[in-house]
Amino acid sequence: MQASSSSARVMRISPMVAMRDAAGIAKRNLLRTIRLPGEASVLIIQPVVILLLFRYVLGGAIKVPGGNYADYLVPAVFVEAMLLAGMSTALGLAQDLNSGIIDRFRSLPMARSAVLLGRTLSDLLRSVFALALVVGLGVAVGFQFHCSFAAALGAIALVVAFGYAFSWIYATIGLLTKNPESAQVVAVLPVFILMFISSAIVPVATMPSWLQPVARYQPFSVTTDAVRALLQGESALPSAWQSIAWSAGILVAFFIIAVRLYRKTNSSR
Amino acid sequence: MELMVEAEELAKRFGPIRALAGIDLAVQKGTTLALLGPNGAGKTTLVRILTTLLRPDGGRASVAGHDVVADPGAVRSAIGLAGQYAAVDELLTGRENLELVGFLYQLGKVERRRRATEALERLSLSGAGDRVVKTYSGGMRRRLDLAASLVGRPPVLFLDEPTTGLDPRTRNDLWDFVAELVAAGATLLLTTQYMEEAERLADRIVVIDTGRVIAEGTAAELKDRMAGDMLVARVADHADLDRVGAIMASLGEGAPHLDPDQYQVSLPTRGGTEVLIAAGQRFSSEHIALDDLGIRRPSLDEVFLSLTGNAGRAADSKAQSGTPSGLTGEDTCKLPAAPRA
Repeated sequence: MQASSSSARVMRISPMVAMRDAAGIAKRNLLRTIRLPGEASVLIIQPVVILLLFRYVLGGAIKVPGGNYADYLVPAVFVEAMLLAGMSTALGLAQDLNSGIIDRFRSLPMARSAVLLGRTLSDLLRSVFALALVVGLGVAVGFQFHCSFAAALGAIALVVAFGYAFSWIYATIGLLTKNPESAQVVAVLPVFILMFISSAIVPVATMPSWLQPVARYQPFSVTTDAVRALLQGESALPSAWQSIAWSAGILVAFFIIAVRLYRKTNSSR
Repeated sequence: MELMVEAEELAKRFGPIRALAGIDLAVQKGTTLALLGPNGAGKTTLVRILTTLLRPDGGRASVAGHDVVADPGAVRSAIGLAGQYAAVDELLTGRENLELVGFLYQLGKVERRRRATEALERLSLSGAGDRVVKTYSGGMRRRLDLAASLVGRPPVLFLDEPTTGLDPRTRNDLWDFVAELVAAGATLLLTTQYMEEAERLADRIVVIDTGRVIAEGTAAELKDRMAGDMLVARVADHADLDRVGAIMASLGEGAPHLDPDQYQVSLPTRGGTEVLIAAGQRFSSEHIALDDLGIRRPSLDEVFLSLTGNAGRAADSKAQSGTPSGLTGEDTCKLPAAPRA
């Protein structure tokens, strides 16, 4: 009886209304970003630091096939920047759950998915902005595009799609932790684990053999490989398809998990 | 009369804790019901269920004719909720907050602007409407929260401890405003820890404790069920406590409560000033120095003790032990915690 009544509730609100509500929430989140720019800047600074550290401190000691470490590293930092900037989804949701404003939203006749959808969309805009900054910086430290404009767009699209899918993992983390401090600590883990056990910083062939299959096929690696290949004007297959499959799978799975959690969640007040 | 809020046997459990143990409730259209109870009584849980924020484990409830479980969307269209924690966005201005709520009520641009302006005016926030909420005082936030609950013009309002933590002036203003809303036809369910607030605003009062209704009625009806007034004496010298207790016991009104921590002895009485004068003469003829002696209305603690029968039990135990000093301060202060039938 409970299941049928909750599905009736979902049916009542049309997708158009849900998107309109999500746009309202997204606008509110962006207003918050403008009024409190410090928090967003921190998330943008992290990938910049990683880029500079690896390029100038560790880069000399890391040998990659083809020789140019900037061309190898910078595409990975694009992916990293996108994921790190997306962490604000976990943080923002946890803050909202803590402040009582979610109670206000949940008592209004609005689409239940709108808070999550609006949150991920406003954060996507912020992440794309962060990505644009990092692309600029990448060029400044010696990265060169060796590809067509279309291939570059394709690469950016893969990064953005992966980042958006990943934001639903962050949404899940925010809903589970319910407090900004823990959300931030937990949210950083998957990114760092995925980044280090991947082809992002060092070639997979240098890792122990038992780790290589994981490092080669996990989403961060295949996305980085595809972006790298596209930006060097090489064939990005099959990594591009693998990346798209991962992004689609993560998006669907964590969208379902996050929306379920949101329905069940009582904000902490 | 049409019922706008109705609950039958509502139950909710959080792990081992029974937050609601079968609550029945009815609020008629255009009236105010106050839910009175101490912290942890289940007031907020009940409001959260009625406003669809929480699902009940048992029983049923409807608001404005819609079942809260089967048709929560319809319930949400009919209600406004304001709470003890002002649920407004600190980084938005007052007006932006209200317009966002209007937007989420699916109102058009012109209409939500108009209603935001109107709500700001009604709660005397016009001057602060374009300031970020972070700069507001606690009372202003609470008013904005209330304004947000009015933007959708809901026929049923839920106010969860609307004046907790507010200064007396702001509290009075808010009371006046809420009374106006009800006079204009709104139905109101309000939770409070303050007897005074319930008395001032509510047509009916439901007293709940440990998830159950323990008393119900108008303010006057409830007062009649209480032990009338309290005669309270505070001694200057702690050593006089037992003598004062003995004198008060001899007034023929019943058994006094001793509260050694507060240097205080209190006696439920219906005798009014006559008892006060009789007690004053006895204390004076026996040369007992008092810091304070007076008649006052029972506090919420005493209301609870009286309603749950613990005052009687405390008095019995004292009578058996024979010495008034056998009563500890705990007996008079503590609210009963065990569930009662």
